[in-house]
Amino acid sequence: MIKTKGLKFNYDNQVFFEFPDINLISGENLLIIGSSGIGKTTLLHLLAGLLKSESGSIELFGNEISLLSSHQLDRFRKNNIGIVFQRPHFVNSLTVKENLQLAQYIAKKKDNNRIESILKNLNISDKANKKTNQLSQGEKQRASIALAIVNSPKLILADEPTSSLDDNNCTNVINLLQKQATEFGAQLVVITHDSRVKKYFKKSVEL
Amino acid sequence: MNIFKLSIKNIFNKPLSSTISLALLILGIGIISLLLQLNSLIKDQMDNNLKGIDMVVGAKGSPLQLILSSVYHIDSPTGNISLGEAEKISKNRMVGSSIKLLYGDNYKGYRIVGTEKKFIELYKAKIKEGKEWDSSYEVIVGYKVHKKLNINIGDELVSLHGLRETGESHDGEPFKVVGLLEPSNSVIDQLIITSPESVWDIHDTHDHNEDHDEDHDHDHDEDDKEITAMLIKFKSPMNIIQFPRQINENTNLQAAVPSYEISRLFKLFGFGIETLSYLAYIIIIVSGFSLFINLFNSMNERKYEMALIRTLGASRFQLSRMIIFESLILTTLGFILGLLFSRFGVMFVSSLMEESLNYNLNSFKILIEEYWLLGLSVSIGLICSLIPAIRVYQMNISKILADE
Repeated sequence: MIKTKGLKFNYDNQVFFEFPDINLISGENLLIIGSSGIGKTTLLHLLAGLLKSESGSIELFGNEISLLSSHQLDRFRKNNIGIVFQRPHFVNSLTVKENLQLAQYIAKKKDNNRIESILKNLNISDKANKKTNQLSQGEKQRASIALAIVNSPKLILADEPTSSLDDNNCTNVINLLQKQATEFGAQLVVITHDSRVKKYFKKSVEL
Repeated sequence: MNIFKLSIKNIFNKPLSSTISLALLILGIGIISLLLQLNSLIKDQMDNNLKGIDMVVGAKGSPLQLILSSVYHIDSPTGNISLGEAEKISKNRMVGSSIKLLYGDNYKGYRIVGTEKKFIELYKAKIKEGKEWDSSYEVIVGYKVHKKLNINIGDELVSLHGLRETGESHDGEPFKVVGLLEPSNSVIDQLIITSPESVWDIHDTHDHNEDHDEDHDHDHDEDDKEITAMLIKFKSPMNIIQFPRQINENTNLQAAVPSYEISRLFKLFGFGIETLSYLAYIIIIVSGFSLFINLFNSMNERKYEMALIRTLGASRFQLSRMIIFESLILTTLGFILGLLFSRFGVMFVSSLMEESLNYNLNSFKILIEEYWLLGLSVSIGLICSLIPAIRVYQMNISKILADE
């Protein structure tokens, strides 16, 4: 269950954001759509616990995360949230597999079988021992999805996952994200300005 | 995977960026460690050869020269003294024991020393093969000499006059090798020793050949005989203050105290060593700055991946630890390689000294001061990573990710 109420945020008392309330029962996915500069990334960071809201509440799976300390948020994040960024980020000194192992280490888990099955599922098993800068753009995107889901999060947050993709790949990525979410029992929240994505989601919120 | 492994991977991912700071650190640590090692090894070697010698008596001249020539066998003697006068001193009640030394010849650059059999005991050397000399012209050969020149029992050595290889050769009787010594790690290893009579005899015949026209008396008269120096051990250590002064004031002999002269020599050395180590410390400080700039730059370069690591749930502390580890791994590596560098340096200097001075300085033990260097390296690692680690700790991940 994901619930927000009366969320507000401001940057240095200069830029003010007010966000519509979100209400998701378990199993539901959500699309948050809005044009640039309207606070999409801010909302995603609030949901991920990377930012603290000025007022309002965020309830994720029974936890009021606006009340958690920074240390508690780190712990909450590694157990519950996976983030797919607009531009994929990796630890560049590590291979794809080592990146996933690092994510597992941080979450105090160790499961090479899971890493293998995720890579297989995303069709990049053969890239497991490659450094991430040797991957193509599409492979990078899939590897970053792997990184988001390797610790079996309950919530997958995706920030503009399709903005730089053509129609075909846009469809592929959204399908991939939804498939992974269903397969691993996570809820998916996609934040985008890309209206092509709209048709794939039953539920959406406009900022 | 863990934070430590991650740090190692990060360092080796971009090895070039850390090379300069590492090289500077290796140089700085290496120079200091080399100086420490050489200082300690030379001191050990010097002290080892001083055992049992409280005072040296020889001809007037530089006291340091007297010590260097007759204790360390690396300088020319100050001259000769009369045997009679030397024996007067050895009969003094303050003298425990005395050993006569006579120079004059060398064999392929190795000194032939006429001396008493006590000389072998002084350095605790043992005869490996053969026996001690019984008569004139019989020699015992030190370990390094017989090993290097491949000398065996029964060999005959034709000596050269003087202490250099360029001396004039004695056409007379050659020396006969009767004994070979075991290694004793002291100066005796690089000497050829024989009885005092051998040296007197060879120079008598030598003089005869040259001066046969002159009417010269060559009796083996005690008053006429000369020796080069005499090593003396006192009955009581107290005598070291008074007795040398008496000799220097009341006779035309010179008395020098090796331990005093050597500490004077080390004071002279010390100045150079100190200057050089200041230079090395400056290099270490520069390496610290370079390391700091390195970490700082790489932190900026890697801000996205560090933000990523945080979003994966790593704590601020884990991220700071990663930076500190990276710095510590580099400085510890610098320390280890620096020590390795200094050991190669010791081997190099040792091979040089062995050629010119017949000295050998090989030791690979770690000195206490080198543990201090380890402490210094670790401290530099900590200090250099402090500011970057604090910056990482305070990093605003949301802002970095929103800036992409």
